[in-house]
Amino acid sequence: MTGDMLINYALGILFFPLISFIVLIFVGKRLPRQGDIIGIGTIILTLILSLAMFGSMLLSHDPGFRHEASFTWMDLGDFEIRLGFLIDNITIIMLLVVSLISTMTHIFSTKYMEGDIRYSRYFAYLGLFTFSMNGIVLANNLVSLYIFWELVGVSSYLLIGHWFEKDSAADASKKAFLTNRVGDIGFFIGLMLVFTALGTFNYAEVFEGVAKGAMSGTLLTLAGIGLFMGAVGKSSQFPLHIWLPDAMEGPTPVSALMHAATMVAAGVYLSVRLFPLFTPEALLFIAYIGGFTAIFAATIAITQNDIKKVLAYSTISQLGYMILAVGTGAYVAGFFHLVTHAMFKACLFYGSGSVIHAMHHALHNLKDHDTDPQDMRNMGGFKSKMPITYWTMLVATLAISGVPLFSGFLSKDAILAGTLSFASHHPQHFLLPVFGFSAALITAFYMFRLIFMTFHNQPKLPNVYSDIHESPKPMVFPLILLSSLSVFIFYTLPYFNPLSDHGWFMELIKAKDSMVPGSPSAHDIAEGMHHSHTLTMILSILVASLGILLSWSVYIKNSVSADTWSKRLDLYYNLSLNKYYFDENYNKYLYQPFLRLANRVSYIDWDLYDKYFINGFGHITKWLSIVTGRTDYDGLDQTIVDGIGRSMGKVGSSLKEIQTGRLQNYMLFALFGVIIIIIFQSF
Amino acid sequence: MDNLQTYLYISAILFSLGLYGVITRRNGIAVLMGVELILNSANINFVAFARFGGMNFSGQVFALFVIIMAAAEAAVALAIIINVFNNLDTVNIDDARELKL
Repeated sequence: MTGDMLINYALGILFFPLISFIVLIFVGKRLPRQGDIIGIGTIILTLILSLAMFGSMLLSHDPGFRHEASFTWMDLGDFEIRLGFLIDNITIIMLLVVSLISTMTHIFSTKYMEGDIRYSRYFAYLGLFTFSMNGIVLANNLVSLYIFWELVGVSSYLLIGHWFEKDSAADASKKAFLTNRVGDIGFFIGLMLVFTALGTFNYAEVFEGVAKGAMSGTLLTLAGIGLFMGAVGKSSQFPLHIWLPDAMEGPTPVSALMHAATMVAAGVYLSVRLFPLFTPEALLFIAYIGGFTAIFAATIAITQNDIKKVLAYSTISQLGYMILAVGTGAYVAGFFHLVTHAMFKACLFYGSGSVIHAMHHALHNLKDHDTDPQDMRNMGGFKSKMPITYWTMLVATLAISGVPLFSGFLSKDAILAGTLSFASHHPQHFLLPVFGFSAALITAFYMFRLIFMTFHNQPKLPNVYSDIHESPKPMVFPLILLSSLSVFIFYTLPYFNPLSDHGWFMELIKAKDSMVPGSPSAHDIAEGMHHSHTLTMILSILVASLGILLSWSVYIKNSVSADTWSKRLDLYYNLSLNKYYFDENYNKYLYQPFLRLANRVSYIDWDLYDKYFINGFGHITKWLSIVTGRTDYDGLDQTIVDGIGRSMGKVGSSLKEIQTGRLQNYMLFALFGVIIIIIFQSF
Repeated sequence: MDNLQTYLYISAILFSLGLYGVITRRNGIAVLMGVELILNSANINFVAFARFGGMNFSGQVFALFVIIMAAAEAAVALAIIINVFNNLDTVNIDDARELKL
């Protein structure tokens, strides 16, 4: 396939979902089935185009493939901004992931959202999201990336707040949007630093400038950290992780699409794209943020009881992994994990959606509106009632836990090998692999806890349990498809070794050298990873089985009581259950002081400035105008203007007296007049 | 008595009498009579100036015209006075003031 052809395909992929959005938002309600056909139709077209691009990529099998097309957007003399597309193998794989998960979400939603009051608007927003996400993926410069970045934020806001009648959903959407803004400010600062130093937004030109040394040292580190702050916000990394768990207020398919597979991965995608410009210092910062987030979120996920909250913290933790991989230089591994994680995490979310859907219907039939359909303590034993959901979720759980034969093992292994090799070169950073491996242990533990609490054991609510049914076909189909894609073979073809990530993916995505002078080359990093591969594999299989075993002994065998241990570790248990009191502390130390400051400022503004200064001007003006009015009306009008009129009237009415109407009087006057004239004449 | 002065005195007396009658009398017919006196005083002036002023007969001719005019005027004015009398039952000109506001 030629490059121009690819650009046409990319245009189609970008704009079909936008068309769906425009049509649905304006006339969606009047269409048959509220227009979901249009949404699904356009997204399937997008999927077909992405598949075609993917196929051509596999056929040409060129790791160095890249094609760029751009046009001038803004031309102000020296200041010129060009927007455009960059298509390389990373773009093509991301496009396929986005359109695949988006298609699955559309199909899943037709049943999950059936009968919703804003059904067509929901599909419209899904179209808007797909458009903006594809825009991020296709961008070849930081400006259009930033534009689509914000558009993604907007669609996330709209979809989290889909059920905005609920206060919690409205608050969650606001929180998500505002928390993202905090990261985006850093992103914007980084953007401007890069533009000021290099005068261009285009990726390739930026990298060229960095390689030439036009931007280096602290400035480049700061720019890198600034740009990475955007990823911290969007990918929900510590300390801006607080919005993602709340974002679970949105419909579950939305959580699967945006808050598990694609949107939150945008931050990782950004870090992968911009990897060549990060300095070693910035990368270290990135690695620590990622590693800490991975373990930190995992420790929260252990104690959560809401099925979606567990998955949300698990997502944060997995995103931390990917960021950690970028930080240690193994960014291809991070991108690999992004793709595999998108598949199994979306599958897990659809599975949880399927369970919640079943719970919701059962509770609805019982007219029970107080029981939480998302609380795992109300579930148990669903295995026999929902076999397909169970088996697909089990596959995805095995994948996320890093069990061999599944995709998660390959990608997680690559990341852990990256951290291990990084630590062997820099022994002072031994914490990074520790973070990685312990997070893997905890992940295996809490994911199996989720499976055991939901699908095994005795049902906690027997009357609800008796009414649980498997979900309808449109909801089960995405589950089956995505769980199949969690099997290793789809990523290692044409090879069949389940213990090595060697395959088409690693052949097509080759790590590029960092453009920052003095950084370790991609070859060195790959070499180091290769050396630590065997050790990593043994360790990761060990921790995964340990986690699963622990979970099994606690929740199936009951040989270790969860209650006793939670009492014994009371302090820690409460910290984890309450998410380390992050929301409370942010509220106490950030929001409240800020609100107080805002109140103080508003006091100055309103009570002092407005009331005395601005209103004072008003009072003076009012008083002045009263005086002027008096002068004008009473003085000028009454005396001069009306006075002249009145005195004229008086003169007139006194002169009127002369006009007696008697002819003889007039003659007398005339006679007097003549006499006077004669008298004057004679002198 | 054969000089211009005498005629002018007579004419002035006649004019003053006529003017006095026009101004003071309330009776419409008396006012008309005053007007006739004024006209005739003018006639005397015309004729006197024509006789002593060394002119040809244009003064006399003008006097004739004035007499004719006076006749016409008297006819019109008497008609008005008759109409006033028919409407108001009086010939007092002070009472004929319907047009005054």
